[in-house]
Amino acid sequence: MTGADVANALFVATILTYAAAMFAYAVEYAFDKRAPKRAKALATVGAAGDAVAEADSGESESTEAPISPAAARGAGRLGLVLTFLGTAALAASIVTRVIHTGRWPWGNMFEYTVGVALAGMVTWLILVSRGMVPRRIGLFATFAVTMVLGTSVRVYTEAGPLVPALDSYWIIIHVTAAIAASGILMIGCVFAILHLMKRRYDRQVSDGKPVRFPLNIAERLPDATALERLTFKIHVFAFPLLTFGIFAGSVWAHFAWGRYWAWDPKEVWAFIAWVVYAAYLHARVSGKSAKVNAPWLAILGYAVMLFNLTAVNLVFSGLHSYAGV
Amino acid sequence: MTATLTPTRKAGPAKRLRSFARRWWHQLTSMRTALLLLLALALAAIPGSTFPQRSISAPDVADYYTAHPDLAPWLDRVWAFNVYTSPWFSAIYLLLMVSLVGCIIPRLGVHWRALRAKVPDAPKRMSILPYHRVVDAEANQSLARAVLKQRRWRTVMREHEDGTVVISAEKGFLRETGNLLFHTSIIFLLLGVAAGSLLSWYGNRILSEDKAYCNNLQQYDEYGLGAWVEETDLPQFCVTLNAFDAEFTDGGPTAFDADVTYETGGETGDYDLKVNHPLNIDGTNVFLIGHGYTAVVTYTDRYGQTQTVHQEFLAIDAALNSEGAFKFPDANYNPATGTVDEDAEVGFDAILVPTYDDSSGMLIGSDPELNNPVLALTAYTGDLGLADGQPESVYAINETQIASGNLDQVNDQVEVIGIGDSMELPDGSSLTFDGVEQYAVLQVRHDPGGPIVLAGALLLLGGLLPALAVRRRRYWIRWNPDGTVEAAGLNRNDYDGLDEECDALTAAIAPGYEPPQATTETDDSIGSQP
Repeated sequence: MTGADVANALFVATILTYAAAMFAYAVEYAFDKRAPKRAKALATVGAAGDAVAEADSGESESTEAPISPAAARGAGRLGLVLTFLGTAALAASIVTRVIHTGRWPWGNMFEYTVGVALAGMVTWLILVSRGMVPRRIGLFATFAVTMVLGTSVRVYTEAGPLVPALDSYWIIIHVTAAIAASGILMIGCVFAILHLMKRRYDRQVSDGKPVRFPLNIAERLPDATALERLTFKIHVFAFPLLTFGIFAGSVWAHFAWGRYWAWDPKEVWAFIAWVVYAAYLHARVSGKSAKVNAPWLAILGYAVMLFNLTAVNLVFSGLHSYAGV
Repeated sequence: MTATLTPTRKAGPAKRLRSFARRWWHQLTSMRTALLLLLALALAAIPGSTFPQRSISAPDVADYYTAHPDLAPWLDRVWAFNVYTSPWFSAIYLLLMVSLVGCIIPRLGVHWRALRAKVPDAPKRMSILPYHRVVDAEANQSLARAVLKQRRWRTVMREHEDGTVVISAEKGFLRETGNLLFHTSIIFLLLGVAAGSLLSWYGNRILSEDKAYCNNLQQYDEYGLGAWVEETDLPQFCVTLNAFDAEFTDGGPTAFDADVTYETGGETGDYDLKVNHPLNIDGTNVFLIGHGYTAVVTYTDRYGQTQTVHQEFLAIDAALNSEGAFKFPDANYNPATGTVDEDAEVGFDAILVPTYDDSSGMLIGSDPELNNPVLALTAYTGDLGLADGQPESVYAINETQIASGNLDQVNDQVEVIGIGDSMELPDGSSLTFDGVEQYAVLQVRHDPGGPIVLAGALLLLGGLLPALAVRRRRYWIRWNPDGTVEAAGLNRNDYDGLDEECDALTAAIAPGYEPPQATTETDDSIGSQP
């Protein structure tokens, strides 16, 4: 078994662990009684993992949840442990790749995406550990990261050596900053979506309208205002990092390509993402109606980040194409 | 019309113009406009990544013209190939800059006054403030001032006639300072970019091994001069490429190494030029930005005269399969008659394959290393079309000459020859493949705006961090005439830690003070659930 095989085995283990964690969080999210009211409707659903998805199906009138709140909280704790384990496995997978290749592990799109997943989950675990988010919301974080990791397989690249342009200590500075910013912004985007869901849910409820799937998931989310403030905090933290990442890339571009900025597609879209996030930060302090729409800008910003990672690497031809992707 | 409808308001035209201008100025400098301009800027940047840009690759624009002959001229009319210098893109960012300046200048004044102003007195009813405590412990006034000073609060002490003593403190001015610094440095950074576009110059040069070139425009394959740069301003230096070494691992390049010698003002030096490690000659940087293969061939014409050419080839893929052409416009000079034969010019279109696999039946190889280099040749005779004075590619035979019948294709099937082999032509002439050399692509660039941009970027980051992280907040402690002591705090920005910080302050000022128990942390601390 080579180092690359070990790294890949750990990678698969990571995805499975996160998926299991997601399942455990779903149990807690659905059946912890501290989450309000809904328990009755949920009671009918046998499979806990499907509980959230089918929370509103409620055909039967039975009153007892099949899983007690204490057991649900136990599942949540298990989910958290699994999240820690999965993150450790992911980090170990990256370290194994480093040992195998003898180089910094941000050499191609696959490795970049895996790095973003790690950065996102580390951010998440820090938020949970500091008590800034309820544990059961880990459902959405593990969902996001499982999607990211699952998608990254599509651009899997054999662990190999780097092209000369990447052979620089700037890869540590620039790419690490970009990965950290992307990972943190991913979590920020998750919160922006959760906020919008909860806000919509609250409005539906106060208007007396029925709440259908998938909006009913939002019932157990924390307060919408609190979610919005957390969204903002995360973006405030990530924005300087993104800025620094772009500047570091610019300095590196000067050394590697002879110019600091030349509107390479990756540069164009990084610029667009930066401008959109700047607009988000401004919208948040530009009066009520702008603030209401600000979360959409945060989501747009992350959409641009994802576009910059995927379409710009795979469709546009530019200087940021390495190892085929 | 407006004047006739409202005859009572007889504002002079100058006044009306002023109020009109003021209204628009307010509109332009409002945050909402800035927000829209930011989004417009993001939107306007997109076409630059979807259409080829002249500033990045002029050949790609030419290809686009070939592929879309009807659409391309129209796109060109709306500057789609020069997005970032187009009037509409410039208009957006110039408006944004004006909006920015209009926002910064008044805020500079406000901030300047705020920095010099005294911290205001406590409100009469301190309990209306977000943080409020009645301090049931001994609080010492001089200790309070010392503690606040030590924690870098600006403080003012006021003694009222009724015996009330208030210490007001404020902190966090760095937020607005950082904010203003951030926005100012964007302008500073853009000035650096502007200076760069006026004062910078660059040139690209393909240089084969053992060849030298000097820094003047005639010797560059491609160059660009800033608006304020004269050709004669270019510094004098020459660069020789002694050797070029490319290292490959598993079919991918892992290191490029150009051994160069440079000469400037009578001084010479050697430099090991690598990607990411430019050579600096008196503020002008020489970068290694590419490499490729140079084919060496000897043409022996029908009279036995030989000429050897070193021709650079352009890579067409990552495996360095490369294309190029050999042109011999003055071949077949007849020594007997002293004239060049009619239509006797010879040219070859060629593909250079670094590692040719003769078992696969495929011409194009997959390995960039020179394991089995071959040339795949198509010969043409006739008129190469070089005499018409039109500039043309040195990497390809002129297609229009072939189409017009001025050039005859000699061989229907490409002929593949290895090193040492020759391709024989029907007229008795031959082309011999002597070998392959390497070349380096050098970019020489001088950009005096660069350091300004870097300084602007550092200031920008230096301003951004406090602008986002620091919170402006106030703290008051009041000794009432009735002997009670009250403390209060106010956050001017979103600040979760206000209570903790103020409690810590109060505890330091009144050593016996015990802050109230924090509400028990649940795992739902982010929000209060019903």
